[in-house]
Amino acid sequence: MTKKQKKALRKIIAGGVVFAAALLVGHFTEAPWYVNLALGIIAMCIVGLDIFWKAVKNLGKGQMLDENFLMTLAAVGAFFIGDYTEGVAVMLFYQIGELFQSCAVAKSRRSIAELMDIRPDSANVLRDGEFVCVDPYEVKVEDVILVKPGEKIPLDGIVIEGKSSMDTSPLTGESLPRNIKEGEEALSGCVNLSGAIQVRVTKEFGESTVSKILDLVENASEKKSKSENFITKFARYYTPIVVGLAVVLAVIPPLILQEGIWEWVHRALIFLVISCPCALVISIPLSFFGGIGGASSKGVLIKGSNYLETLARAEIVVMDKTGTLTKGTFEVTHIFPEKCSREELLKLCVYGEYYSQHPIAQSLKKAYGTMTGIDANGIDTAGLKDVEEISGHGVRAILDGAEILVGNDKWMRQFQIAYVPVKQAGTVVYVAKNKEYMGSILISDELKADAVQAIADMKQWGIKRLVMLTGDQKEAGEQIAGKLGIDEVYTQLLPKDKVEQVERLLNEKSKDGMVVFVGDGINDAPVLSRADVGIAMGGLGSDAAIEAADVVIMHDEPSKIPQAILICRKTLSIVRQNIVFALGVKIVFLIMGAFGVANMWEAVFADVGVSVIAILNAMRALR
Amino acid sequence: MKKVFKLEDLDCANCAAKMERAINDMEEVNSASVNFMTQKLTIDIADDKFDATMKKVEKAMQKVEPDCSIVW
Repeated sequence: MTKKQKKALRKIIAGGVVFAAALLVGHFTEAPWYVNLALGIIAMCIVGLDIFWKAVKNLGKGQMLDENFLMTLAAVGAFFIGDYTEGVAVMLFYQIGELFQSCAVAKSRRSIAELMDIRPDSANVLRDGEFVCVDPYEVKVEDVILVKPGEKIPLDGIVIEGKSSMDTSPLTGESLPRNIKEGEEALSGCVNLSGAIQVRVTKEFGESTVSKILDLVENASEKKSKSENFITKFARYYTPIVVGLAVVLAVIPPLILQEGIWEWVHRALIFLVISCPCALVISIPLSFFGGIGGASSKGVLIKGSNYLETLARAEIVVMDKTGTLTKGTFEVTHIFPEKCSREELLKLCVYGEYYSQHPIAQSLKKAYGTMTGIDANGIDTAGLKDVEEISGHGVRAILDGAEILVGNDKWMRQFQIAYVPVKQAGTVVYVAKNKEYMGSILISDELKADAVQAIADMKQWGIKRLVMLTGDQKEAGEQIAGKLGIDEVYTQLLPKDKVEQVERLLNEKSKDGMVVFVGDGINDAPVLSRADVGIAMGGLGSDAAIEAADVVIMHDEPSKIPQAILICRKTLSIVRQNIVFALGVKIVFLIMGAFGVANMWEAVFADVGVSVIAILNAMRALR
Repeated sequence: MKKVFKLEDLDCANCAAKMERAINDMEEVNSASVNFMTQKLTIDIADDKFDATMKKVEKAMQKVEPDCSIVW
C-alpha cells in the first residue's frame, strides 16, 4: 500500500469506529438526539473532510460535476433531510470503495509491469581493462560488455568471445533456447543461460530491441479502440444527464403528486451517488491493457487497442506463403541424377552458377559444400569460360571444353533437351552437358512445423476464409496449399498483385468482418498497411517488420496467429461483459432509486462494487 | 517536440480523460494523451513554447485533480 492508501485506511477505520459508536448509542441508550447527531457529524468529518474540501476547491475552479462535489452533495443532503446515518454511510462506503479500487488498479498495474519486466537494470561494461557495472543508458556503441550466465543481455550486440545459449522467451514466448557463439547477434532482453559472453555493442540502449518492444507495448494503449472512445464520450454525457434527472426527480413528482418533497429529494440523492462513470472508464482501458500485456508475454506484440479490437473480428485471413507458412530458406531437397553421380551433377550446377548471386545459386553452393566438404566459392575455375546468364531461364557455360546448360524447363526446351519434368513443389534446376540431359535438382522451401496445426486451428475457431498468396508457380503453390488444408490460393503474384488481391478481399468481406494479412514484413509493407490488420511474422531483430505491421509475432511460428486472434477475442468479450455489467447495475439502481426501493448506501455499495468486480474481471485478460 | 512525463497520484480514470480533453483544447498543444494505466502524459508542443505551455498544462491537470502532479 502506498502512503496515500494507508492514510485513507486509517481514516476509514477511525470514521468507522465513531460511526459504529453513533449507531450503538442510538440503538441501546436513551441518550438525547443531539449526542447522536454530534457523533454522526464527527464521523462524517473524519471520513469526508478531504472530499468536502476538494469539492469546494474544484467548485471554485468551475469543475461543477466533479465526483467529490456529487458525493458531498449526496452526503450533506442526507444530513439535511434528517437521515444522517445514511449520509455517513454513503461517505464511508465511498471511501472504502475508492480504496479498494485504488488497490486493485495498483495491483493490476504491477502484475502487468511484472509481465513485461524485461528491462535490464545494469550492464557490465569494459572501462580501462576492467568491467564496471553501469546504467545501460551509459553504454555506447562499440563498447564491450560482459554478460554472465543468468543475466539479462542489456544491449544489442555481436558476441566477440565465449559461447552460450540464450533464452528468448521474454521477447518471443518461445521456450527453446537459442545457441549463440562468436560473431553472432546477441539480443537485448534475452537471458544468457549457460556461459559468460563478451558482446560488442551495436545499438544504444534506446535503440536496442528491448527498449523498442517496451515502448511499443506501453504506447499501445494510446491508440484507442472504438469501445474506449465510446466510453469516454459516454462518460462525458452520462454524469450531466443523471444529475439532470436527479433534479427533475426532486422537483416534478412532489409538484404533481402533491406529496412531501423530502422523500423525493432522498431519491434524487441516490441518483447523484450513482452518477460517477468511474467503473466504466477504468475497466475498459484496463482490459485492453491486460490483453496487450498478456499477448506480449506470449510473443505477440499488438501495437494498439484498436488493432486488438479489429483482430478479434477477423473474418478473412490472408497469408503470404514464403516466410510465413514456409521457412523461407531454400535448400536442396532432392537430387535426381540421370547420367552421372549425384556429386557430379551438383558440381556441374555449382560451376554453371558460379558467378550468380541468386538465392538458388547460393543454396546449390551450400549443398555442394555440405556434400563434399569443399567450399564452392573456392573451386578451381581455370576451365570455366563463356558464362552467359539469361535471367529467368538459366546459364550456359563452357567447362573444360564441354557445353553445360543449367536452368529451368524453359531453358531446356529452348535447347531442345529431352528432360524429365519434376512434379514436386519447389524450384527445379535441370542440367545438361553437351546437349545430353544429366539430371535435375529440386530446391524447395520447407513448411514450418506448426503451419498445418495453425491452419486447422483457425478453421476450427471460425475464420471464414483462409487465403494463401504466393509468387510461386501454380502447381507448386497449389500443392503447398493442399498440404496445409487451405482452399483458396492465388499463385504467380507480383507484390503489386498481392495488394490487388487484398483490396478485392476487402470488398468481399461482410460488414463487420476484417481482413487480416500475415507476411514476413520484409517486402510486403504495402500489403500490410492495406489490410485491416497487418501481422508481421518473425519480428525479432527486424526493425522493418516492427515498423510496418500493426501486430508483430516475435517468433516465426504461424500457430501464434490463431493464438493472437483468441487473445483478442477473449479481451473483447471481457470488455463487453464489463460494459454490460457496469451499465446494467447502474440502470437497475437508477430505476430502484427512482421508485424508492434502494437506499443510498446500497447504491454506493453497488457503484464501487461494480468497479472492483469490473477491475478483477479485466485482469482475466492478462492470462 | 514530443515528450513523455510520469504522473503521480493520478487516481481516477475519468479524471484522466477530463485532463486529456482539457490539455488537447489548448491552442499551443499539438497533441496530448494521458494514460491512466501507465500513469504517463505524452505531449507534443512546439519547441519554443514548451516550458511555458507545460506550466499551463500542469495547472489544467490540477484543476481536475488537485493531488496529481507531474514528475519533472
